[in-house]
Amino acid sequence: MGLYRSHVLICGGTGCVSSGSLEVLEALKKGLAEKGMDKEILVVSTGCHGMCEMGPIVVVYPEGTFYCRVTAADVPELIEEHLYKGRVVERLIYKGEGKASDVPHYTEIPFYKKQHRIALRNCGYINPDSIDEYIARDGYAALVKALTEMTPEAVIEEVKTSGLRGRGGGGFPTGLKWSFCARSAGDKKYVICNADEGDPGAFMDRSLLEGDPHAVVEGMLLGAYAMGANEGYIYCRAEYPLAIKRLKRTIEQATEYGLLGEHILGTDFSFELHIKEGAGAFVCGEETALMASIEGRRGMPRPRPPFPANKGLWGKPSNINNVETWANVPSIIRNGGEWYAAMGTEKSKGTKVFALTGKVNHTGLVEVPMGTTIREIVFEIGGGILNGKKFKAVQIGGPSGGCLTKDHLDIPISYESLSQVGAIMGSGGLVVMDEDNCMVDVAKFFLEFTQAESCGKCPPCREGTKKMLDILTRICAGKGKPEDLEALEYLGTMIKETSLCGLGQTAPNPVLTTLRYFRDEYEAHINEKRCPAGACTELTRFIIDADKCIGCTKCARVCPADAITGAVKQPHVIDQDKCVKCGACAEACPVKAIDRR
Amino acid sequence: MPKIKTLDDLKKIKESTMDLTGARSQGKTRIIIGMGTCGIAAGARAVMEAVMAELSRRGLKDVSVETTGCIGMCQDEPLLDVIHGGESRITYGKVGPDDVPRIIAEHVVNGRVVEDKVIGRTD
Repeated sequence: MGLYRSHVLICGGTGCVSSGSLEVLEALKKGLAEKGMDKEILVVSTGCHGMCEMGPIVVVYPEGTFYCRVTAADVPELIEEHLYKGRVVERLIYKGEGKASDVPHYTEIPFYKKQHRIALRNCGYINPDSIDEYIARDGYAALVKALTEMTPEAVIEEVKTSGLRGRGGGGFPTGLKWSFCARSAGDKKYVICNADEGDPGAFMDRSLLEGDPHAVVEGMLLGAYAMGANEGYIYCRAEYPLAIKRLKRTIEQATEYGLLGEHILGTDFSFELHIKEGAGAFVCGEETALMASIEGRRGMPRPRPPFPANKGLWGKPSNINNVETWANVPSIIRNGGEWYAAMGTEKSKGTKVFALTGKVNHTGLVEVPMGTTIREIVFEIGGGILNGKKFKAVQIGGPSGGCLTKDHLDIPISYESLSQVGAIMGSGGLVVMDEDNCMVDVAKFFLEFTQAESCGKCPPCREGTKKMLDILTRICAGKGKPEDLEALEYLGTMIKETSLCGLGQTAPNPVLTTLRYFRDEYEAHINEKRCPAGACTELTRFIIDADKCIGCTKCARVCPADAITGAVKQPHVIDQDKCVKCGACAEACPVKAIDRR
Repeated sequence: MPKIKTLDDLKKIKESTMDLTGARSQGKTRIIIGMGTCGIAAGARAVMEAVMAELSRRGLKDVSVETTGCIGMCQDEPLLDVIHGGESRITYGKVGPDDVPRIIAEHVVNGRVVEDKVIGRTD
C-alpha cells in the first residue's frame, strides 16, 4: 500500500455507530474521492475510543486532533478546512472547560490524561478488522516469543509474576488458575473466553471485542499453549452482533496467517477456536452455567467442586477467563510480568477497565491503574456530576456490587478495598448517582434485574430475591413497615450465604450496602412516607403554594388528569387522588408555585 | 496469503505495515506545508505531492506530513517547514517540487539545513 500523509480515524464502536458514525465514514470517503485526496488520506474505522457520550468521534493524525459529535453535514468543512488547508475546525473540537483557543492533543484531554491503557491500548487506534494493523502494533509478537523461546511453564510463571487477577470480577489469580488446569491430567483440554457481559451499564468487554479482537484471540492462544489446550470457545452473547462479526473476521484472518489451526508457526502446537453465541441469560456468565450452555444444555450452574480445571467442558479440564483478562496476557508476555506488576497496589496489580455511566459529565470507557481513587475517576476523568448537581453515590460492580458514598471517594480501588466496604470490583460497571437518585429505588432496580435473571435452581436465590423485591416494592409505594428493614437484612445475609452460585451470593449486595450507608432514606420512606430524593412517584406529592399562585390556569390546562381546579386569578388546588405525578404542572407554572415533595 | 512461521515473517508484515500506524504516532521528523489560499495559489499542493512521492520512494515511515494555514509570509509561499528531531522549526520559502528531494535528503535524512532555501527559524 502507498504512503498516506494523514490518517482519519472514525470510531466504529457501538456507541458512535448509533450516533451516526457510519454516515460520517461514508461522507468522508465520498468527499475525499471527489477531491482526489483519497490516495493521500486514509480513512479508518476503529474500535471504541471510550468517550462515547461525545460521539461520533473523529481523530485526525498526525496532528492528533480530536473532533467530537461530528455529523455527515460537518464533513465537507472538515475536508476543505482541515484536510486540505490544514486549518483546524474549531467548532468541532473537544472543549474541556470552554477554552476554545488551545487545541488539546488527544492524549492531553483530561478524560484520557489520567488513563493508562493496556487492555484498551489499540481500541480507537487501529482498524479492528485488519490483522496487519494489529501486527504493526506488536500484535502476535508475544505468541511468537512464547512458542519459540518459552516453555508452557515459563508462560504460566510470567503470568503469575504479573499478579494478574480475574477481571470478570472474581479476582482469582490468573497464573494460579492456569497452573491448576495445566497440571490436570488429560489429553483434551479447553480454554474459554467469557464474553457474556450482561450487567446494566457495563460495556467493557463489548468494546474490547469490537476494538481489538486480535488481542483477545492472542491471549487465548497463549493460555492454550501454556495449559496444553488445543481447542477454545468464545462465549459471546448474541446481543453483541458487531463483536461477533469482528471476532469471526479475526478468526478468519488469523487462520489465513497460520496463527490459528494446525502446527502454528511450524510447531506442534495446534489450536482451533469457535464462537458460541449465547442467548443472553445473565446466569450464563457463571462458569459452570456457561459451560452447560456451550454443551447445549440449559444454562444453570452446578456446585463446585469439581472445578472446571479438573472437570469442565464435556468433562474435560477447562479454563475460563473473562475478555479483559485474556486481552491483558499478550502485553504481559511481551513486556514481562514484572512490568505489569509495577503498576497497581500491593495485591491488585495492573490496570482495570471501567464503564463509567450515570449522572456524570463524560460517560464512557476508562482504563486506570489499580489504586486510582473513585474521586479521580468520577471527578477528574469523568468531569464531575451532570448539571453541577451533588454527588451522592456510586454503584460499583453492577447488580452484584454495592453502593458507595462520598465517604468512600478516596479509597484506592482494589479487590480488597472494595470488598471491605461491601462492594465488589465486579466486571467494572460504575454507575454514578446524584442527589435526585433515590437509593431505595436504585436498590430495587438492581434487584429487579437479578431477580429476573435468577435461573431458579436454588431456593435462596429463586425465592429469597423475590421476597426481598416484594418488600422493596412495598417500601417504594409507601406501604413499608418498620420491621421490613430487619427482614431485608436477614434475607439478604441468608441469600448471600446459602445461594449456589455467584449470582445469588451477590444479588443482595445493592440492598445491603444501601441499607448500611443510606438507612435514613429507607426510614423516611417507611416512617414518614416520603421519598427524600423525590424519585418514588407513589410517594411524591405536588402541592400548590396558595400564596405564590397567581391563578393563571396554565397548570390546569396542561394537567393530563384534570386534577387541578381553581377559578381564574384565584389560587388553584391539586386533587391528590386524581394526580398522576407527571410533573407537567410544575414545569408549566410561571411563578414556581408548585412544590414537589 | 503466506503463513507466518517465524519471527522474521512477523517482522516483515510489521515492516510493510508500519506506515499504517506510523502516521498515527507523530513521526520523529515533521514536515509542515503552508496550505493557506496563498500557498495553494503558489503551488503548495504540488509541493505536498512531491513530498509524499519522495517519502514513499525512500521508504521513510517515521516522518509526519502536516498542513497548516497562512502564517502571513504570503510573498514567500509555498512555505515548507521541517522540524527535525527536537530541533528548531526551520522554514523554507519559495519551495518548488524540484526542491523537495534535496530538502528531504539533506535535512530530513541527514539533519543538515538547506541554507539557500531557508527564510526563518522558530524555536
